[in-house]
Amino acid sequence: MIKIIAGRLFQLIPVLWIILTLTFFMTKIVPGGPFSAERQATPEVIAQLNAYYGLDKPVWQQYLRYLSKVVMFDFGPSYTYQSESVNEVIGRAFPISLQIGTLAFCIALVIGVTAGVIAAANKNKLLDYLPMSISMLGICLPTFVLGPILALVFGLVLKLAPVSGWYGLNYVPLHPAVMPAVTLGLFYAAYIARLTRGGMLDILNQDFIRTARAKGVPEHEIIFRHASRGGLLPVVAFLGPCFAGLISGSFVVEKVFNVPGLGQEFIKSVFNRDYPLILGTVVFFGALIVIFNLVSDVVQLLLDPRSRN
Amino acid sequence: MALLEIEDLRTYFYTRAGIVRAVDGVSLSLSHGETMGIVGESGSGKSVTCYSILGLIPRPPGKIVSGVARFDGIDLLSCSDRQLRAIRGKRISMIFQDPMTSLNPYMRISDQLVEPLLVHEGMSRSGALIRAVESLEELGIQDASTRINLYPHQFSGGMRQRIMIAMALISRPEILIADEPTSALDVTVQAQILELIKQRQRELGTAVIFITHDLGVVASFCQYVTVMYAGRIVESAPTGELFARPMHPYSASLQQSIPALHQKGQPLYTIPGMPPDLTLDIEGCPFAPRCGHATAICREQRVALKEITSGHGTACIRFQRGELANTPLASTAAAL
Amino acid sequence: MRDSTRAAPFADPVPVQGESLERGSSLWRDAWLRLQKNRIALFGLWTFMLIAILCLGGPFFTSYSYESTEISLKASAPTERIVLRTEFRKVGEPRESYLALSSLEDEFLERSPAERRAIKERVQNGNEFREGNAAYRLSNQRHVFGTDPLGRDLLTRVLIGGRISLAVGFAATLVSIAIGVVWGAAAGFAGGKVDTVMMRFADILYALPFTVIVILLMVMFGRNFVLLFVAIGAVEWLNMSRIVRGQIIALKNQEFIEAAISLGLPAYRIMFRHLIPNVMGSIIIYTTLTVPNVMLLEAVLSFLGLGVQPPLSSWGVLIDEGSRTMETSPWLLFFPAVFFTLTLFSLNFLGDGLRDALDPKSSKD
Repeated sequence: MIKIIAGRLFQLIPVLWIILTLTFFMTKIVPGGPFSAERQATPEVIAQLNAYYGLDKPVWQQYLRYLSKVVMFDFGPSYTYQSESVNEVIGRAFPISLQIGTLAFCIALVIGVTAGVIAAANKNKLLDYLPMSISMLGICLPTFVLGPILALVFGLVLKLAPVSGWYGLNYVPLHPAVMPAVTLGLFYAAYIARLTRGGMLDILNQDFIRTARAKGVPEHEIIFRHASRGGLLPVVAFLGPCFAGLISGSFVVEKVFNVPGLGQEFIKSVFNRDYPLILGTVVFFGALIVIFNLVSDVVQLLLDPRSRN
Repeated sequence: MALLEIEDLRTYFYTRAGIVRAVDGVSLSLSHGETMGIVGESGSGKSVTCYSILGLIPRPPGKIVSGVARFDGIDLLSCSDRQLRAIRGKRISMIFQDPMTSLNPYMRISDQLVEPLLVHEGMSRSGALIRAVESLEELGIQDASTRINLYPHQFSGGMRQRIMIAMALISRPEILIADEPTSALDVTVQAQILELIKQRQRELGTAVIFITHDLGVVASFCQYVTVMYAGRIVESAPTGELFARPMHPYSASLQQSIPALHQKGQPLYTIPGMPPDLTLDIEGCPFAPRCGHATAICREQRVALKEITSGHGTACIRFQRGELANTPLASTAAAL
Repeated sequence: MRDSTRAAPFADPVPVQGESLERGSSLWRDAWLRLQKNRIALFGLWTFMLIAILCLGGPFFTSYSYESTEISLKASAPTERIVLRTEFRKVGEPRESYLALSSLEDEFLERSPAERRAIKERVQNGNEFREGNAAYRLSNQRHVFGTDPLGRDLLTRVLIGGRISLAVGFAATLVSIAIGVVWGAAAGFAGGKVDTVMMRFADILYALPFTVIVILLMVMFGRNFVLLFVAIGAVEWLNMSRIVRGQIIALKNQEFIEAAISLGLPAYRIMFRHLIPNVMGSIIIYTTLTVPNVMLLEAVLSFLGLGVQPPLSSWGVLIDEGSRTMETSPWLLFFPAVFFTLTLFSLNFLGDGLRDALDPKSSKD
C-alpha cells in the first residue's frame, strides 16, 4: 500500500518535468518575445531587457538555468508585473481560485452523490427520472451559459450576490465566491450524479445485494452499508479529473464573474507572453492535478479491499 | 401441519419481449425438518418460486400475479415489506449458487456474518461476533477467530460457500432454501458442502428446500422431490418413488439423461427439442412438443397436479388416466 | 431389460418444428430495433439531425450574410419591425440604411415625446415620413432571431456558428478517434512490453493539465481554425485508446482470434478485419459522447477569446458576445445557448441510447 503511494509519488517528478520541458520549449519555438510588443521600446532597450532576463543566451542555457531555479521552487520574476515574482502572483491569485474551487467541489459532491443515490434507489421511478433529467440539463448547460444567467438572477434582479469582481463587495449578503462556485459546482454535480447512479446500480444488481436482502437487511442499510462502498468507486475515480476540470473551469467562471483568480492570471499571462508566469502556472496546475489524481487513486485502493494485495 | 404451504403461485415478468410466465401455478408443501428437492432445467422456475415467497424477485419487471404462501399462519405473499424482512434471514434463510459473487467483496466476513443477528435479534456486536466465530467453527473453518476479519476474496470458493451456510444458519432458521449451492464448486468440494448442510440440518432440525438440476444430488440428499418444467410442477413424489416409478415422461427423461446411468460406448441421452418459450401462453402440457407419448389431448388441455398414489402426484394426463401406468418409462432406476 | 430402455419411445427424436427455430438477426439490426424503442434516444437522433440540417442548409435561405454589418440597426429584438431610412444626397445614389422601429424615436430626440410617438405611429402604419433629406418607411425585412450589436442577422450567425461548432466537434472527434483507435488497438494487440510502454505514455499524458496545454497551443501558434481541432483531437484520444485497448485484449483471447492467428493471417488483417469491426460498437458509442465534449471544449476556448475569430462565429463566440449584452438584449444569449444546449442534449441522449442498444448486457430487462 505504502509502496504504491511511494511509487506514484515518484512518478510525479517525471510528469512535472515533462510538463515543464514541453511548456518551456513551446514558449521558445514561437516567434515574438515578451518585449517585442512594447511599441515604445527602442531596439537598445529591448536588447537590454533581454539581457537582463537572460533571454540573449542560447536556449539550452536558459533551460538549464530555469530548471535549476525551479528545483528550488523559484519561478523567477514576472515580466508583466514588474514588482512581483511569479511566486507572489500565484500566492495572491491562487487562494481566490482555491476558495471557489473548494466550495464548488463540496457543492458538486454533496448534490451529485445525493441525487445519484436517490435516483439509483428509485430506479425507473419519478425520483430517478427527475434528478437524472435535471442532471442531463446540467451537463449540457455549460458554465458560461449558466454563469451569466445566475449573475443576472441573483446579482441584478435579487441583488443577493455581486455580479462581478472580488474585493470590497461587502454590500451584498453573499460572498463573491458563492456564485462562481455554484456555477462551477452545479455542472460537476450533474456529472457526479450520473456517475453515482451508474455505480450504485451496478452494485445493486450484484448477487451479494440479493444475499443482503435475503438476510433481511433493511433497504436503507443495503444502500448505505452494502452498496455505497463499491458504488461510489467510480465517483472517487472521477475526483482527480474533476479537480482538473474545476481548475480549467475556473478560467471560464473567473472570466464570467471577473474574479482575479489564478485562471484569469493564466489567461492574461498567455496573452501577454509572460513566459515565467505561464511556466509557473502551468507547472503549478500540473502538480495540483497530479497530486489530486494520486489522492483519488489512493482512496480507491482504500475502498476496494481486493486491490490491497 | 405443513410448515410452508404454497398454493397456485404465479410469478410473471413483464419484459419488452412479452410476459414471461416464469412460475405458472405452483403448489407445494414442506413439513418441519423435511428436505425437499426442486429439480428442473435452468429457466424452469425453481429459483423464481423461492425468490417469490421471500419477496426477492426484482419488481419491476417481476410481479406475483396470484398465489398464497402460508408459513406459520402468515401469508408471505401478502406481507408488507417490513414483515417479510423480519422473516428473511431469521426464520427463512437462503444460500445462493455462486459463492464468488454472493458475498460482499467490500465488507469483512465478520460484518456480513453478524448482520442477521444485529438486524433480527438486536444482539450486541461483541456477542454476535462470538456467535459468528462459533458458527464458522461448526462448519469446519479453522482459525475462525482470526480469519473472520478477512475479506471474501481471501477465501477459496468452497470456503466462501461454508461462510454463506454459516451466515444462513446463524439465526437458526426454520427453513433453509439452498439455490444450487454446489453447482459452482469443484466436484470434491461439492460433496463436502452437501455433507455439511446435511449435518447442520440434522443438528438444527431445519427444513431444507434444495434447488438443483442434479438428480444425483437429489437422490442422495432429499426425502421428497418436486420436478418443475416451464414454470409448472410436473411431478412430485418421495425420492425413492420418483426414481422407481416416474409418473411423468419429463421426469423419466431427466433420469435417462444422467450420464452415470449409461453404459460405456452408448451415446448420451438428450431430451430432443427445446424448452418452450415462456412468453407464449401454453394451452396444454408444456412438455407435449418434446414428449414421445403426447396425444392430442396433451396439447389442448391444461392438467393440474393430481395425486395418484399416496404422496405421488403427476401432471401428466395420460398417467392420471392410467394409460401409461404399465409402460416401462425408465427402468434405468433399477440401475441405481 | 436395458435394451428395452434404449427402445423407449423417448429415444426417438421429435423433429424440431421450423417455427421454433430462432430467426438469426445481426447485432446491428438488433441494436437498431432496440434503439427505435428508446424514445429519448430517438428524440436525440431526430433533434440532432434537424439542427445539423438547419445549420448546413439554413444559411442559404436566410437572405442575410453572417458578416455584413448594419451599424444603425444595432441589436434589434427578434421579429421586430425594421424601418428603412433613405438619405437623399446631392451627389450620387441615395444612401439606404436600416434601423429598428423601437429606436426610431431616438432619431428625433430634439422633438417632444408626443411628436416622436406620432412619427413612430405614422411609420408603423405603413406611411412614409420625411424629415429634411431623409425618408423613413417600414421595410419588409424581418430578423427572426433579432440582430447583434453590429446589426448582423442573429439567425444566420447562429446557423453559421453551428456549422463551425459542429465541424470542429466532428473533425476533432475524428482526429481523436483515429489516434485513439490505432494506439489502443496496437497496444492491446501487441501486448507485453509494447503495451506497457504505450499505456504508460498515455498515463503520463493523462496527468497533464490539458485544457491548459490547448490554451497554450492556441495562443502560441495563432488562433488557427485547423489547429483548433487538431489540438482538441490530440487531447481527447486518451479515453478512446483505453477503451479500445481493453476490448481488444478481451477479444484477443477468444477462440475466433486464436483461430485466425493459427490460420497464419497477417497481423494487420486480424486487426482490421477481425478485431476492429468487433469494437465498432464501443467506438460509435464513444464517438457520440466525445462530440459534445469536444464542442464544449471548443466553446470554452471561443468563450475565452482563443477559438474562432470574428467575423466567423461559433456557438461559443456567440454565447460570449451574448452574455456581455445579456441585460439589454437577452436574445443574443438565448438563441445560441438554446441551440448549443439542445445539440449537446440530443447527442448525449443519443449516446446513452446507443450504449443501451449496442450493449445488450446493460439493457434494462
